Amino acid sequence: MSAQVAGGSLSGAFFALLRRDLLLAFRRRTELLFPVIFLLVVISLFPLGIGPSPQLLARIAPGVIWIAALLATVISLDALFRSDFEDGSLEQFVISGHPLTLISLAKIVAHWLVAGLPIVLLSPLLALWMNLPTESLGVMILTLALGTPILSLIGSIGVGLTISLKRGGQLLSLLVFPLYVPILIIATAAVMAASDGLPYTQFLGLLLAGLITSVTLAPFAAAAALKISLS
Amino acid sequence: MFIHKMGSPPWFYNFTGKFIPWLWLIFGVLTVWGLYLGLIKGPADYLQGESVRIIYLHVPAAWMSMLIYMMMAIMAFIALVWRIRIVEILAMTSAPIGAAFTIVTLTAGSLWGRPTWGTYWVWDARLTSELVLLFLYLGVIGLYNAIDEPRKAARAACLLSLVGAVNLPIIHYSVKWWNTLHQGSSISLLGGSSIDASMLWPMLIVAVAAKFFYAANLLTRARVKLLEQDMRKGWVREVLKEKN
Amino acid sequence: MSHLPFIWAAYSIGAVVLLWCAVAPLVHKKSITRDIRRLIQIEESSRDSNS
Repeated sequence: MSAQVAGGSLSGAFFALLRRDLLLAFRRRTELLFPVIFLLVVISLFPLGIGPSPQLLARIAPGVIWIAALLATVISLDALFRSDFEDGSLEQFVISGHPLTLISLAKIVAHWLVAGLPIVLLSPLLALWMNLPTESLGVMILTLALGTPILSLIGSIGVGLTISLKRGGQLLSLLVFPLYVPILIIATAAVMAASDGLPYTQFLGLLLAGLITSVTLAPFAAAAALKISLS
Repeated sequence: MFIHKMGSPPWFYNFTGKFIPWLWLIFGVLTVWGLYLGLIKGPADYLQGESVRIIYLHVPAAWMSMLIYMMMAIMAFIALVWRIRIVEILAMTSAPIGAAFTIVTLTAGSLWGRPTWGTYWVWDARLTSELVLLFLYLGVIGLYNAIDEPRKAARAACLLSLVGAVNLPIIHYSVKWWNTLHQGSSISLLGGSSIDASMLWPMLIVAVAAKFFYAANLLTRARVKLLEQDMRKGWVREVLKEKN
Repeated sequence: MSHLPFIWAAYSIGAVVLLWCAVAPLVHKKSITRDIRRLIQIEESSRDSNS
């Protein structure tokens, strides 16, 4: 379904596209819940696989929660551009004359609102299940709030590259996980430092720097990737 | 003969519409009576204190969560074998109700656990099985809503619920066995003392009330689903005209 | 610690969930009847313009 992007102003186009993507997501409201349910199920598998010992769960909690967040993000990333690609709207956006960078950014923001924000909001429940020490809960939420947008931003580059491929979704995970490794390392380091009572703000600073860098650079890379895929 | 009539949507719609209000009435009366017995007249447990009163919500909800899944699976089987549309709709509309009861069971159980045993959540056999049951429900709901064509969606989700039903005892026993393996915390949040008669009665009354809730809610949802699916058919237009 | 807030919380959450469960189909029914009326309007207007 092709949409009419508001003519003229850049911010008009951005918000129109953002609204359109969010509207489309809300039309199939139950599908909004899939990343959430996935997250819950994946986290529950850990105690079932490792044993419910609260001390053990507490030790692995930061890593497990963050890995579950990574998995949930990658799964929902494919939806980022795929339906528009399949019905041709994506090509319409490319031709439309509006900067593809802006279009990418609008879609990334929509993706984070639908897939990343729920992770942040659910994290207290996940922390409860994994017995995360309460001292580090605040830091956990912060790392997710800073980190999940970075996941959406970097992930969109991978999506742009694989969008035209039949098995694009599987290849996407392969492309994007190595890029996610630094975020995983820094975020879990922050949470573990907070549990042990050690200083953690330097890690949060790194995440913030990463966020600023990706916001400025990733949309360009995603746009370039899309142009290649659509050519 | 009755079964054949039941299969006709307009007949089903009109027939059930008549006794839904009565079902709600019985539910209301039984709930008020049961909760009065449990919350106000009943005793506090000498070990657990006041928080034991949560069981009048938690245990009936747990029973319903499992009963509804069983009903859903039976109806799913009938729907798949005999292809009766009404039964498909009844099976599918049971799922959200079952999920709601499962959520109530989990939250009430969690809030009972905190004052009684000191923790909101513990990976014990019963709670973990209940959580897995919730995931099974969510899967059925998700699958049913994901497929556009209603009868195809119903058949797929019915099959899924049957697979879940077969798996459920297996899951339950494996989680129980897993729990005995990892005897970290040997406290079972749902285990423990035998129930005194003064506590059993309110629980049973609320449990029966919950069944009326299920019946009333299920028929309401099924009727709405019928309206939605038969939007373009004559009988729906007739029904609308009668309402005016 | 007092057990009262936990009892209140448990029953309130239970009430909210079950209330939503009971009311949701009625809300849905309103939107469906709206859609059906719109459908009837469209059909009647196209019938009038054709006859």
